[in-house]
Amino acid sequence: MASTTVATAPGRSAWDGGVSPMGVSYGKLMMWFFLLSDAFTFSALLITYGLVRSAHKAYSGAVEAFTFSPEYWPIPEKVYEAIPFFHGLQAPLVFVGLMTFILIMSSVTMVLAVEAGHRMDRVAVEKWMLWTILGGIAFLSCQAWEWSHFIHGSGGIGANLHANEYGPQSFAGFFFFITGFHGFHVFSGVCLNFLIYYNTVMGVYDRRGHYEMVEKVGLYWHFVDLVWVFVFTFFYLV
Amino acid sequence: MAHSQETVVTVIPPDKAKIKKLWMTALIMLVVTILEFIVAFTIPHEYKDLRVWIFITMTIVKAGYIVGEFMHLRYEVKVLFWSILIPMIFVIWMLVAFIYEGLAISSVRLF
Repeated sequence: MASTTVATAPGRSAWDGGVSPMGVSYGKLMMWFFLLSDAFTFSALLITYGLVRSAHKAYSGAVEAFTFSPEYWPIPEKVYEAIPFFHGLQAPLVFVGLMTFILIMSSVTMVLAVEAGHRMDRVAVEKWMLWTILGGIAFLSCQAWEWSHFIHGSGGIGANLHANEYGPQSFAGFFFFITGFHGFHVFSGVCLNFLIYYNTVMGVYDRRGHYEMVEKVGLYWHFVDLVWVFVFTFFYLV
Repeated sequence: MAHSQETVVTVIPPDKAKIKKLWMTALIMLVVTILEFIVAFTIPHEYKDLRVWIFITMTIVKAGYIVGEFMHLRYEVKVLFWSILIPMIFVIWMLVAFIYEGLAISSVRLF
């Protein structure tokens, strides 16, 4: 791993060449800047959601009397209140809470894999990468169920790109676009995690002498978790 | 290497304090998420602004822990730290401009 202090020859600054002024390798630096650009993409999506939502009327009546209508934006906890195997039970936000828990836990196992990589501990990296992959797959499965439930609806017409029982049409559009774009990031992350796991098992990083690839993909995986924290707040809670 | 041989790798034993710190970070994030749920179900919808500000504050706290601790940005060189954080000004600008615009649209549209 790159040292965080930058040593320079006398009379030369860190920007005169020959050293890394930012104290990280090229690959890691580019991962950071890629994630910065990806953060802009997700910000644009979520902020546009905010624009369209604030351009619509908010529901003003009593929460208990809430019904779905294209006249106003729905209260999220009235939309996301189902959990698998308990048909008809109203459990607002419980399932999405479980998804948040799964993603945070997989972020922890990822950071433990990175830590094991620093110590060149192949067995521990394998173990924690497997847990991370498992967490990613669990999250994707939850999302598949949630999409299926959202599309089929709970007694009404459901939602797609042409119809929406929950409220204004753009509400469904944003749901598919934002959670879909995030879900695709999770899917890519699972693929990358599997690649890292495979390389670890094959001893690629032992031969290379460092486990920096685990760190780079770890950055991506944490970013996916970070985006979910914002999606969770602005799509499900607010 | 001069001749083909099994690569010899020295495994460094785990640093218990460091691992404990990682688990503590995870615990803090779980507690914050649980608090968000408590707020979602205890503070009535009539106090919409209060709810929104609590949620946003808690989200930023969680984001800080993810980026600072998990992604290790807090411990990187200052130049890198600020190179990532300063561009976020554009996000704040866009947020303010778009929400302002959205509210303006809602005050003129008839449907």
